[in-house]
Amino acid sequence: MLPLIARRILATIPVMGVVALTVFGLLHLTPGDPAVIIAGDYATTQDIERIRARLGLDRPLLAQAGLWLASVARGDLGVSIYSGLPVTRLIGQRVGPTAALTALAMLISVTLAVPLGVLAAWRQGSWLDRAIMIFSVSGFSMPVFWLGFLLVWVFAIQAGVLPVQGYQPLEAGPWQFLRHLVLPAVTLSLVYMALIARMTRASVLGVLREDYIRTAFAKGLAPRRVLLAHALKAASLPVVTIIGVGFALLIGGAVVTESVFAIPGLGRLTVDAIVRRDYPVVQGVVLVVSGVYVLLNLVIDVVYVVLDPRIRY
Amino acid sequence: MSSSIHASGTEGAAAPPGADALPAEARARPGRWRSGLRLLRRQPTLLAGLVALLLIALSGLGADLWWTADPQALRPVARLRPPAAEQWFGTDQYGRDVYSRTLYGGRISLAVGAAVGVTSLCLGVAVGLVSGYYRRVDTLVMRVMDGLMAIPAILLALALMALMRASVRNVIIALVVPEIPRVVRLVRASVLSLREQTMVEGARAIGARTPRILLRYILPALVAPLIVQGTYICASAILFEAYLSFLGAGTPPIIPSWGNIMAEGRAYVQRAFWIILFPGAFLALTVLAVNLVGDGLRDLLKVR
Repeated sequence: MLPLIARRILATIPVMGVVALTVFGLLHLTPGDPAVIIAGDYATTQDIERIRARLGLDRPLLAQAGLWLASVARGDLGVSIYSGLPVTRLIGQRVGPTAALTALAMLISVTLAVPLGVLAAWRQGSWLDRAIMIFSVSGFSMPVFWLGFLLVWVFAIQAGVLPVQGYQPLEAGPWQFLRHLVLPAVTLSLVYMALIARMTRASVLGVLREDYIRTAFAKGLAPRRVLLAHALKAASLPVVTIIGVGFALLIGGAVVTESVFAIPGLGRLTVDAIVRRDYPVVQGVVLVVSGVYVLLNLVIDVVYVVLDPRIRY
Repeated sequence: MSSSIHASGTEGAAAPPGADALPAEARARPGRWRSGLRLLRRQPTLLAGLVALLLIALSGLGADLWWTADPQALRPVARLRPPAAEQWFGTDQYGRDVYSRTLYGGRISLAVGAAVGVTSLCLGVAVGLVSGYYRRVDTLVMRVMDGLMAIPAILLALALMALMRASVRNVIIALVVPEIPRVVRLVRASVLSLREQTMVEGARAIGARTPRILLRYILPALVAPLIVQGTYICASAILFEAYLSFLGAGTPPIIPSWGNIMAEGRAYVQRAFWIILFPGAFLALTVLAVNLVGDGLRDLLKVR
């Protein structure tokens, strides 16, 4: 088991290398001179030269790539063009709200979506199943920011029970923290919930056809017990995978949700950086978030190997 | 996702003999229209999606006909008017008619969705065929694809938009890039399994060259899964275009795309919710329709 895990961990190193090179390559493969575009429409020649020098764009391409990889490996993501602060510090300041938002959204979706998926599979073909699946495809098609505004309109503007926007850190008290976070988290969780419910249903349906489920019924076990102890256990592996894969969706949604609810997280940092054409910050956020995504999937794969002795790479 | 939303409905119903006829066979018989209709009736998901999509396309493409005003006409006297008989969806902060803007905005969304779907398929098929068939390029190409896949799609699109000027063409490029690896993976996996089949071996034995094998033997087997994939890409592209515009990194603000209308309306959520409500409802309905078409096609074409 251990060599397997070690091999899986080693396999993420080239992936991260490729991600770093891709983020680097974006700057050079897009049409036009990046220094001119980053400098903006009203830049002077000196501005452009300054940006070119700061980003190292005046060096040969291979040297730039090498320097970029080396600095990323050291944990140095460069300096923001706009504020002059190190990108790592900017990201550090903004990680908290995004982490809180995605964690709460993940919690909400998993606790609601897995039971929904199991129910749909259990009552396959019934109106309940259809209702859950219609909910799922609608959730999948729902524009995140539109849903956010709908919820704000209903719960904050019309009912007035929750704040319209803003963020309170946990230090401000758990009640204030949750009050501000509940609408964004519900908004963000819908897409993810749709995805997980769909996957859980498919996966439980697959397991329910197995022989040992029939055996479990035949020996007289209560349906609830068969469903929860036998079927869900076996069906949980693909569900855990989709929780990991869907994290990319969640992060994308977080960027939009943070914008709607004025949450000072990584998404806002990215959007502000794009408006200011602060490319080092954009690069840094993309790299860090992708790193988290790759790591999360690594953890899930490792958990898999521990849980399921059949898995071999 | 391997689940199918309405599979339960179609599986459960007792099918009459021959009801499982493939669309190709149905088309070969006389009275193809009637068979086509019967096929649709057995696919309520597909039918619902197609009808909704048709209505939305008609509302957008025929926007001139549906009693619209000039979507850009400013009427400062009629600022922030609520929905009423004169302005069905209300007016925005410049007195522009939200109904007209919503209908015209549909054109951008549909065009971007279709363009991204078609372009990602074409590029993904080209790369995937080559990568699956030539071992030498395969490793390199797949590593690059893994790297692209590891970057969340919206972030990748945003990063690309940060480097390009705001234009519809550049939005399409920014949305195509994150989709390509998904198509490449699908194509490559199919090529790897198909190339071992006897028909390919036979074709090679009678002297067919590689390009011919790829195009005449392998590509046709990929058409059904690609159509389904393309539909889903189209749905997510429509959504992502709105996200980019909403975040200020999409189509130029002068164009009344759904995302832009809502971005402008966000400052007036409390006073004029209709500026966000109506374009968003159209957006949600469009994406839902395209997703339903995708689910329906997947069931119909029996993809996975």
